[in-house]
Amino acid sequence: MLKLFKSIKVYKMQALGLGLLRWVLIGGICYIIIFPVLSKLSSSFMTIPDIFDKTVMWIPRNLTLDNYRFAFAEMEYPQAFINTLVLTLTISIFQLLACTLIGYGFGRFNFWGKQLFFALVIFTLIVPPQMIMIPLYLNFKNFNPLGLLPGGGINLLGSFWPFILTALSGTGLRNGLFIYIMRQFFKGMSRSLEEAAYVDGAGPLRTFFQIMLPGATPALIIVFLFSFVWQWNDYFFTNIFMGSGSQLLPIMLNDLIYQIDPSLRTTAYASIINNTGSLLFMAPLLLLYAVLQRYFVESIERTGLVG
Amino acid sequence: MIFKKRSLSAKKSWLGFYFILPFIFGFLFFFLYPFIQSIVFSMSRLVINPDGYSLAFVRWENYRKALLVHPDFLRVFLTTISNILADVPLIIFFSIFAALLLNQRFKGRLLVRTIFFLPVIMGAGIILALERTDFMTELLQTGQDLPGGFLSGSSLKAFLLQLKLPELGLKYILNIVDKVPIIIRASGIQILIFLAGLKAIPSSLYEASKVEGATGWEDFWFITLPLISPLIVTNIVYTVIDSFTAGSNDLVKLIRDTAFGGAGYGVSTAMANLYFFTIALLLAITVVISARWVFYQED
Repeated sequence: MLKLFKSIKVYKMQALGLGLLRWVLIGGICYIIIFPVLSKLSSSFMTIPDIFDKTVMWIPRNLTLDNYRFAFAEMEYPQAFINTLVLTLTISIFQLLACTLIGYGFGRFNFWGKQLFFALVIFTLIVPPQMIMIPLYLNFKNFNPLGLLPGGGINLLGSFWPFILTALSGTGLRNGLFIYIMRQFFKGMSRSLEEAAYVDGAGPLRTFFQIMLPGATPALIIVFLFSFVWQWNDYFFTNIFMGSGSQLLPIMLNDLIYQIDPSLRTTAYASIINNTGSLLFMAPLLLLYAVLQRYFVESIERTGLVG
Repeated sequence: MIFKKRSLSAKKSWLGFYFILPFIFGFLFFFLYPFIQSIVFSMSRLVINPDGYSLAFVRWENYRKALLVHPDFLRVFLTTISNILADVPLIIFFSIFAALLLNQRFKGRLLVRTIFFLPVIMGAGIILALERTDFMTELLQTGQDLPGGFLSGSSLKAFLLQLKLPELGLKYILNIVDKVPIIIRASGIQILIFLAGLKAIPSSLYEASKVEGATGWEDFWFITLPLISPLIVTNIVYTVIDSFTAGSNDLVKLIRDTAFGGAGYGVSTAMANLYFFTIALLLAITVVISARWVFYQED
C-alpha cells in the first residue's frame, strides 16, 4: 500500500515536471513567433531617438502617431485597400470555385487518364513560377491563344484578366495544392448520399452544389483562407501582371520607403516606416484570421488533408 | 441492385472529365505552353518589339553567360541550394516535434494552436521579403547591448563559446541557433500536415501497445513514426517547393532583376531553368530514397 502511494507520488511529480517543460517550450516558441509582430508594433510608435536610446526596449519614450500618418498617406491606404480587397476577393472566390470543381472531378469520378491528369496537377506545383514568368508575361502582353483573335493579340497586362483566367482554370498561385486538398476531402466523403441523389434523378452539377458542397465546408474554409492570404501577400505575380505603378497594397508597401524624403531616409527611419507599413498591410489579414481561426484550426483536422 | 449501381457509376464516370476540363485548358495555355516557351527562350536571344517579340537561336549561350559570365549567379545559386538542403531536415524535425506537442491535451490548446499557425498568415510573400532586410528586427534579434535579450543568439553564443567545444561542431550548432526563428516560422503548414496525420492514427493501436507494456518512447518509434512516415515525404516536397518559391529567396530576386533590367530575358530564363532542373533532380532523389523506408499502411 505504501509502495503504491509512493509510485503515485512519483507519477505526479513526473507529470508536473513534464507539464512545466511543455509550457517552457510552448512559451518559448510562441514568443519567437509573436516577436516580430511585437517588435513591429513597438517600433511603429517610436521616434528616431528612441531607437538608439539604450534604455528604450519595448515602450517608446516619445509616443508618436506620425509614422502611421506618414505610411497611411503614402500608401494611399483607403484606395489601395479597396483595390487590393476587390482583387483578392475576386481571385480567391474564382480559385475556390475552380479548384473545388476540379478537385471534385478528381475525387469522385473514375475516368480515363485520371492518374495522368492528376500527375500534371502536381507538376504545376513543383515548377517554380519564375520559370514560366517571362513567357506568361509576354503571352498576356500579346494575348492571342492559338492565333484565334482577329487583328493580333490584346494586351491584358494591367487588368484583372491574367489573374481571372489563371484562377478559373486552376493554374493560379499554388492552385495545385488547393486541388489536392479538395480531392482528398471529396475522396473521403460517403458515397451513399451522392448515389441517392443520382437515383432520384439529380444531375451531376445539382448533386455537386446541393449535396456535396454543403458537406465540404471545412475544406472550403481552408482553401479560401489560404487563397485569400497568399493572394493578398503576393508581390511576385501582382508586380508582373498589374505593373509596378498600380495602386495595390503589396506594391505600395514595397515602394513605401522610397517615398521618404532622401535627406531623412536613414536606415533606422526607413525601418520604422517599413514596420508601420507592414502592420497596416497585415492588419486586415490578422483580423480575418482572428475571425476564422476557430474554424481553421478545427477544420484542418477534419479535412483529411493527409488522406 | 448491384447491377444497377455499377451501370450508374460507369455511366457517370466520364462526367468527371467535364469537371477537370478547366484545368486541362489552363494547363495547356497557362502552363505547358509557357513551360515549353521558357525552354526555347533560354536557348535564344529574345528581343521585344512593339508587335510581340523575335527570337534568335543561340544554343547554350545563355547558360554559359549565367554560369560563367554573371558575377553573382553561381555563388547565389549554390548558397540558395545548400541553404534549402540544410533547412529541410531542421524544419521536418521541428514540425514533427511541434505537432506532437500540439497533439497533447492541455489547457489553452486552442490559443497555442492559433499562435503556432500565425506564421502561415504572416510568413508569406512581401512581409517576409521585407523582414529579411529589416534593420530593427536585426537590432533586436542580435541584441548586442540590449538588456533582457536572454533568448537572443548572442548571449547563448557567448555561453557556448566558453564551453570550449570543438570548433567545427560548435559552428554548426551556432548556425542552427541563429536559424531557430526562421525554422519555426517556416514550419506552419508542415505542422498542420503532421497534426492531421497524428489525428488519423487509430487510438486502438496505442491502447494495444499499452496493454503490452510499451513505453511512450517505444510508442513513438514503433507506432507514430512509421504511420506518419508517408507525410514526411509530403512535407519534404512541400518544404523544398515552399522555400524555392519564397519571395525572401535571394535567387528568386536575382532572376527577376536579371529579367527586368539586367542581362535580359534569355539569361533570366536560363537561370530559372537551371534552378528548376536542380530542384527537380533533388526532389526525385529524395522521393526515391525515402520510398525505401516509408511505411504504407495496407488497407
